[in-house]
Amino acid sequence: MEFFNIFIKAAFIENLVLAYFLGMCSYLAVSKTVQTAFGLGLAVIFVLGITMPINWMINEYLLSENGLLGMDLTFLRFILFIAVIASMVQLVELVVEKFSPSLYNSLGIFLPLITVNCAILGGSLFMVSREYNFSESVAFGLGGGFGWFLAIIALAAIREKIRYSAVPPALRGLGMAFILTGLMGMAFMSLMGIDPQALGDLTH
Amino acid sequence: MAENTIQESAAPEKENIVLDPQVVEKKEREPLFGKAERKLLTDPLSDNNPVTVQVLGVCSALAVTSVVYPSMVMAVAVVFVCAFSNLFTSIIRNHIPKQVRMIVQLVIIATLVTIVELTLKRFSYPVYKELSVYIGLIITNCIVMGRLEAYAMANKPWRSFLDGLGNGIGYGLILVVVAFIREVTGKGTLFAGSGIEIKIIGPSTEYAINTVATSGIGTWFSWYSNNNLMVLPAAAMFIIGIYIWIQRSINPKLVDIS
Repeated sequence: MEFFNIFIKAAFIENLVLAYFLGMCSYLAVSKTVQTAFGLGLAVIFVLGITMPINWMINEYLLSENGLLGMDLTFLRFILFIAVIASMVQLVELVVEKFSPSLYNSLGIFLPLITVNCAILGGSLFMVSREYNFSESVAFGLGGGFGWFLAIIALAAIREKIRYSAVPPALRGLGMAFILTGLMGMAFMSLMGIDPQALGDLTH
Repeated sequence: MAENTIQESAAPEKENIVLDPQVVEKKEREPLFGKAERKLLTDPLSDNNPVTVQVLGVCSALAVTSVVYPSMVMAVAVVFVCAFSNLFTSIIRNHIPKQVRMIVQLVIIATLVTIVELTLKRFSYPVYKELSVYIGLIITNCIVMGRLEAYAMANKPWRSFLDGLGNGIGYGLILVVVAFIREVTGKGTLFAGSGIEIKIIGPSTEYAINTVATSGIGTWFSWYSNNNLMVLPAAAMFIIGIYIWIQRSINPKLVDIS
């Protein structure tokens, strides 16, 4: 499939949060204001976009039977993937701190949090199970990150507005966030079944 | 980490209990299963539930709960990983340098999850296929990581083990409750995919209550049809949302002021 199709599919049709419910913990915890949600969303795009190709290369050239070592080492996949993610997050943190202190200050606390964001590891595992090639995995990483970014900003915006509504006290905060996400998931479901590939074929 | 901040705001009670002077005095004898230990096990089941109160480990709680049997397998896997990662981390907690503690913790968790994955692949391949990536995602399940950071890094092995066990079970409880509601109302079955599948209500003679029957109890249920919405992941969000609503109505202490 083409780069752009995979991007659109990952961002909208198979949104990591609203269709697969990945990365929920930080999604619910950090969506109280739009500003912080924006920072975390950007960081997720960045890390997903970087780790996905690296994990693809590790899986292809190191762990698979046809790789450099000539052994089937796929049982090491979890450990290596999570190590790559943890060290990339650390590296991104260092680089951002060195070259853009202002961005670092706005992202600061959220960067280390990304290591344990299910969406990052989930993306890499989906990439393996769907047998993407290199460019597809780059597109999937960027698209998935972008979809996550959109979803968390949308939820944060709704939560900012809903603060002025008369929600039952016991449902306020967390309970409402769950139900809102459920409704958003149902809304996104209307995009399901759209096949960008098929649409392209129709127009030609 | 945001989980930690939640942790601190959600579980001050627990930390106090551990540091309670009574308990500290008791430490002379180190009871194997005293009051504090029992509290470690029972607290996460209701008032300090990892999913509904601490908001940890939500991802997989939503994704795998459309049928009961795989969610039970998932729950057992999480209990195993949570308890033993807490135990091992607690054993080596004084030897972990602070800067690399996350990577050390992740390696412990990832090893345990790999064990679970390989075991499942060997003994129950259909369930392994059904859970697919979500088994791997136990690694990033915030409950495991959250408990390591909040409890195992500061407490002795036996208590950490119990804490992990309690939180794993608290998580499993939500998983099974949600899966039960979703499977019965969505598919009309129970334990589908396992050896003891029960078909409760549906439009054929295979089900205990046959909604298209022309005689017997099934005729009273001719209006009923299984609700496909419940099979979709969005339904899990609603069920957990309503669960939180009920729990916080019963126990107003849990309501967050923000």
